[in-house]
Amino acid sequence: MANIKELSRRPDLLSGGHRLCAGCGASIAVRQVLLGANAPVVAGCATGCLEVSTTPYPYTAWKTPFIHNAFENSAATISGVEAAYQALKRKGKIKKDIKFVAFGGDGGTYDIGLQSLSGAMERGHNMVYVCYDNGAYMNTGIQRSGATPFGAATTTSPAGKVRQGKPQQRKDLTQIMAAHNIPYVAQASISHWKDLVEKAEKAFAVDGPAFINVLSPCPRGWRTASDATVEIAKIAVQTGFWPLYEVEDGEWKLNFKPKELKPIVEFLKPQGRFKHLFKPENAHLLEEIQNQVNKNWEALKKRCGAE
Amino acid sequence: MAKTTTAPRARAKAKGKTVAMTGNAGCALAMKQINPDVVAAYPITPQTTIVEEFANYVANGQVDTEYVNVESEHSAMSACIGASAAGARVMTTTSSQGLALMWEELSIASAMRLPIVMHNVNRALSGPINIHCDHSDSMGVRDMGWVQLFSETAQESYDNTIIAVKVAEKALLPVMVLHDGFITSHAIDRFDVLDDADVQKFVGEYKPKHALLNVDNPETFGPFAMPAFYYEQRKALRVALDAAKDIVLKVSKDYAKISGREYGLFEEYRLADANIAIVVLGSTAGTTKYVIDEAREKGVKVGMLKLRLFRPFPAAEIAAALSHLKAVAVMDRSDSIGALGGPVYMEVKAALYNSKKHPQIQGYVYGLGGRDTGPDQIETVIEDLKKIAGGKEAPREAVTLLGVKE
Repeated sequence: MANIKELSRRPDLLSGGHRLCAGCGASIAVRQVLLGANAPVVAGCATGCLEVSTTPYPYTAWKTPFIHNAFENSAATISGVEAAYQALKRKGKIKKDIKFVAFGGDGGTYDIGLQSLSGAMERGHNMVYVCYDNGAYMNTGIQRSGATPFGAATTTSPAGKVRQGKPQQRKDLTQIMAAHNIPYVAQASISHWKDLVEKAEKAFAVDGPAFINVLSPCPRGWRTASDATVEIAKIAVQTGFWPLYEVEDGEWKLNFKPKELKPIVEFLKPQGRFKHLFKPENAHLLEEIQNQVNKNWEALKKRCGAE
Repeated sequence: MAKTTTAPRARAKAKGKTVAMTGNAGCALAMKQINPDVVAAYPITPQTTIVEEFANYVANGQVDTEYVNVESEHSAMSACIGASAAGARVMTTTSSQGLALMWEELSIASAMRLPIVMHNVNRALSGPINIHCDHSDSMGVRDMGWVQLFSETAQESYDNTIIAVKVAEKALLPVMVLHDGFITSHAIDRFDVLDDADVQKFVGEYKPKHALLNVDNPETFGPFAMPAFYYEQRKALRVALDAAKDIVLKVSKDYAKISGREYGLFEEYRLADANIAIVVLGSTAGTTKYVIDEAREKGVKVGMLKLRLFRPFPAAEIAAALSHLKAVAVMDRSDSIGALGGPVYMEVKAALYNSKKHPQIQGYVYGLGGRDTGPDQIETVIEDLKKIAGGKEAPREAVTLLGVKE
């Protein structure tokens, strides 16, 4: 693992000047992941904030070969690029070692792109898939996705007189990807840059498919200040909302294990999307969320052999 | 104007051999001889035997293609787009629902100017679900910016597949080769194939100008184009597709030199001295030729125009070829529900509208969902045309559905 000094010397493959919001977690995730490639890398991206904000024709923020195809097929598209690479390398038309990474938001990954992702991982392409999870369809204006947490208000799961935000639990995509038995699966957060860059390095290094789920807060959707992005991501980890772990060749490992989790309200309270949960009549919902976090944390610790 | 007639087997000077195989096997053989860098495909009836045969070529080391067994047609075209943008020569194949599932991607492939070649085995679109031939699948994607080449026989399908590779790479556009499900795809036909080496020499090496894998010159593919730029990019696509017509003619002419088989934009069959004619595409052209020959025996001056190139639509050439006629029947193996008639009918009629002199035109839909279209149906069309040409009847306003049960 390179130290921060060495990382600072690596080229930044996503330039500044893109049109992502101030405080957007996505570009932080992308830059940290690309630092981990440390080799020529072809990147792809699903339709979403990251894509529209980094490629407003005739400009591009990508200093590395980049392809956007559509919303649900970032994985399939990069799998095709990788297949072309395998073919052309075999025929001697390409000599260089090249890495491949597909990015997608949670909408493009948990929901509409899940089939494409699952297929690409099952086929064993030598590629990394990175989900920047901000917990809703932010590009279209904060609609709920399979990654939206229980109780979060979005524009399609608003808090009202009889509904208190999203009534369902979020999908555990990282574990779904671990069930694909691919060489490397990890969950990371933009707040823990060293952990994330290390995970990216491992993901790019393995021979075969790798998946990283990166928590990438969205100030617009989470209703947080734009300078609170890294802090809120850190609290997500400290409260056990977003545990950091990896599954390397089937070995589960917890990467961050506090003596005691912070109460989940520390994660929920600063976010406007959970504001309604703090009404006195919704105290039971806060309790339900805390219980769910505890249950998931215990199950994960057990899986990681970290009792 | 370039030659627009087809004369298969006219000059059997080619090397190669005569084979007996299905249309799908012929297509798979052409793919094997082309030896593309990447094939990403998903099985669907009646295309399936193409992906199976090609899988055998892969399994036996007869190609060095990277064969990507995707989990859907959407991913098939998505992977083809990625592979083609990467700089590889790419092919795929599908039918019906598979083509429908690719719909979103077809438009992206053409807009990105990617020379992907796809064989679509024509099958009726659901619903109700049906596995047999009609052209509703490929007609449903006619405005997606792809070149569309229809084939009457296994011979044409084989030849078109090889021609398509060069057309795609010269035009920088994706090309769809079509043949009729089960009728052409699964019937064993006798046709001539080229030697592997001649196919390789004909298609040559693909050298893309822009490639993702050219990491020393990073480029962005598929950017976001707002109103200030989108329109011009669509214009560029129209210009490119229009220009593909001459490329099809040129490549077909080059292909004739090695195969002895020359193809134009369409085939004119006994058309020059005819006063009535049938416009048709796909395998029904064979049945139509048979019925025309019989009618000619009886002194009926009937001919046929068989479309090969449907996109870009060769409107001026078609108008020139048909303007001398008194009456024309246009046969569509798909319906454009809610419109005047089938898509070929509407295009042919529109192509003739501004001609100083043009025939009366009547539209027919036939053979939907694999309904058998025998000589009797073509005979009724000729009877209709005789009445219209003789001034005894006016063309019907509504499209005529041939062979449908009342």
